[in-house]
Amino acid sequence: MATEILMPALSPTMEEGTLAKWLVKEGDTVSSGDVMCEIETDKATMEFEAVDEGVIGKILIAEGTEGVKVNTAIAVLLEEGEDASAADSVSSDAPAAAPAPAAPSKPAEAKAPAAPETDTTPDWPEGTKLKKQTVREALRDGMAEEMRRDENVFLMGEEVAEYQGAYKISQGLLDEFGAKRVIDTPITEHGFAGIGVGAAFGGLRPIVEFMTWNFAMQAIDHILNSAAKTLYMSGGQMGAPMVFRGPNGAAARVGAQHSQDYAAWYMQIPGLKVAMPYSASDAKGLMKSAIRDPNPVVFLENEIMYGKSFDVPDVEDYTVPFGKARIWREGSDVTIVSFGIGMTYALEAAEKLAAEGIDAEVLDLRTLRPMDTASIIKSVMKTNRCVTVEEGWPQGSVGNYITSVIMQEAFDYLDAPVINCTGKDVPMPYAANLEKLALLTTDDVIAAVKKVTYK
Amino acid sequence: MAAKKPTKKTNASADELKAYYKTMLLIRRFEEKAGQLYGMGLIGGFCHLYIGQEAVVVGLEATTKEGDSRITTYRDHGHMLACGMNPDGVMAELTGREGGYSRGKGGSMHMFSKEKKFYGGHGIVGANVPLGAGVAFADKYKGNDNVTFTYFGDGAANQGQVYETFNMAALWKLPVIFVIENNQYAMGTSQQRSTSSAEIWERGKAFGIPGEAVDGMDVLAVKDAGERAVKHARSGDGPYILEIKTYRYRGHSMSDPAKYRTREEVQKMRDERDPIEQVRNILLENKYASEDDLKAIDKEIKKIVNDSAEFAKTSPEPAPEELWTDIYATEVPQEA
Repeated sequence: MATEILMPALSPTMEEGTLAKWLVKEGDTVSSGDVMCEIETDKATMEFEAVDEGVIGKILIAEGTEGVKVNTAIAVLLEEGEDASAADSVSSDAPAAAPAPAAPSKPAEAKAPAAPETDTTPDWPEGTKLKKQTVREALRDGMAEEMRRDENVFLMGEEVAEYQGAYKISQGLLDEFGAKRVIDTPITEHGFAGIGVGAAFGGLRPIVEFMTWNFAMQAIDHILNSAAKTLYMSGGQMGAPMVFRGPNGAAARVGAQHSQDYAAWYMQIPGLKVAMPYSASDAKGLMKSAIRDPNPVVFLENEIMYGKSFDVPDVEDYTVPFGKARIWREGSDVTIVSFGIGMTYALEAAEKLAAEGIDAEVLDLRTLRPMDTASIIKSVMKTNRCVTVEEGWPQGSVGNYITSVIMQEAFDYLDAPVINCTGKDVPMPYAANLEKLALLTTDDVIAAVKKVTYK
Repeated sequence: MAAKKPTKKTNASADELKAYYKTMLLIRRFEEKAGQLYGMGLIGGFCHLYIGQEAVVVGLEATTKEGDSRITTYRDHGHMLACGMNPDGVMAELTGREGGYSRGKGGSMHMFSKEKKFYGGHGIVGANVPLGAGVAFADKYKGNDNVTFTYFGDGAANQGQVYETFNMAALWKLPVIFVIENNQYAMGTSQQRSTSSAEIWERGKAFGIPGEAVDGMDVLAVKDAGERAVKHARSGDGPYILEIKTYRYRGHSMSDPAKYRTREEVQKMRDERDPIEQVRNILLENKYASEDDLKAIDKEIKKIVNDSAEFAKTSPEPAPEELWTDIYATEVPQEA
């Protein structure tokens, strides 16, 4: 049976091309792989090969013709022994349009913004026994408890085992769990992050420690392309249940390459979850939730916070859910939204502002993805003013995103523009005085609050 | 008697040879069909064909056992067919339809099969190398004797993470077989112009990883080397490198005019070294199969491929709701 040879698409974007030259003529026999003609696309001149065997019955598009649309019949191929007259009654193999999805479907659209219904249950009930613990100890306890609970959980990273952790977060874990589960890696972030993701594909629950998140830049391809996207790309068949963790943001006097806050970067990636705890109880409770989560979690700690002490519930199996902000302080005049070390400035500012008669509500987001925007909206509807606080840079900040959400969902409630308090828009300097100038301060937050409250 | 003797004493039975012939032919015909559907606009984006390299995956798959894993790059259609994934599901993924392995959300470069332990389908050159070592790490951790075949190209062999992985795989004795499919061109750059050493597998020596170069146009040579590699990795001796010298007949992707090599070079390889023709000759010369037997196989393969194309054309596009599914798991999709 005669079939049409169609103008091929020869690149992802080609819609038409020039039929530059015929290398066969009518009556020629061709077999699979023979070059029939040359076609010029916008990028290159390509040779177009025959796929089936047969005889060129008729050439429909003369060489030199420009603007030949993809799927236009350019020639007719006859089967061996078929009469040339068959070329006049060809069957078209032009592709039919794709069938529509079988299932009845609603048009796809972004989920409507969540109504401001929020979970305001306290993290622990009244009367719970508490103990003072540093963030460092809380993180270690969180990991240790999950390692006891699930033998597929293991920790890998630089200096996590014999050195007991560059920042002593994994202190004692090697002794308890052994070298099989607490693994010192060479200094090779790109490689061990990839091995960690592969181990998660293979059924384990890795915790990959980066000595700091600055070094994870070498591994970011695996965090995004390998860990975050695989569940989607595989149609839900496999993913990377694991935790990437380590200290994030500025420490002190360590210069530009060791002082970056990655909250806004990782917050942007669908498929990742992002936690950035402030307190020790959240460090522990979120760590335990992160390890159990069936998705890849980016866990952003802070070196300065490691040594700070907080109340931690002295209970078995204390967890904190993702996507639930914590209200540290209720207030009516302004909402201060922060997370991680930013909470230090937010709470200190609120304290000082209270002395001046300004009553601030302080929200700790705790996780940035999912983000509890409902709690922000609910609070802003009450206070009508908002200031966001973070150490990262201003352009494309977490605060920028929060501001856009407020604009869309609570615009009519705002009595002042939202202000984003951030680190200064410079690489971190080394000199003590300059570093101080680059970092966010409590005074910045106080000034912003006064501006939005017109005080 | 044919003038050319069978390549060597075969390390495979008549049935095995017929099976290799069949799978290689399936890959060849499937890829030709994919190229055709691409030309018709039914397959979009990037589409990297495996034509010419068939003996690599078919020879190595012949050495695997249940439980072994495989992972590769974006030139992945052959690997999927060779490990027994359904041609319908692969072709329908190429056309971006609901019946595809990733329900249309992955495409040519991103397909996976939990069932066949095929871990993708990765589009970042070199990135699948540590991932494969990670899968092997999981097997060692669990204490089984499975191995992971980690395929990558001569181009990926110049990525730093490959050597980071060699180091850790050797250090931790991971049961991984690094398969360098050296088709001589990293996209359009020949090995001579991109790679300081002629023998890539020898780089493993710096890490104490044994390896060898293999004629990748000869499925029996591939299988033979694969058996040595598997024996080494499965017995707990750590990684092994196979640098399989192969050749792709088509361009890097569908939009590659392949001007960096002559048409004669390609034709010479097709005429003299074609992996499918080689097995065909062995089958005929040893009277393991008659011309009629092979014609029957050709016919059977043609039907499988045509059916897959038909399935891929008629399977519906994914429902719009699919846009929002599989971003987050609610439970672990892959249990140990």
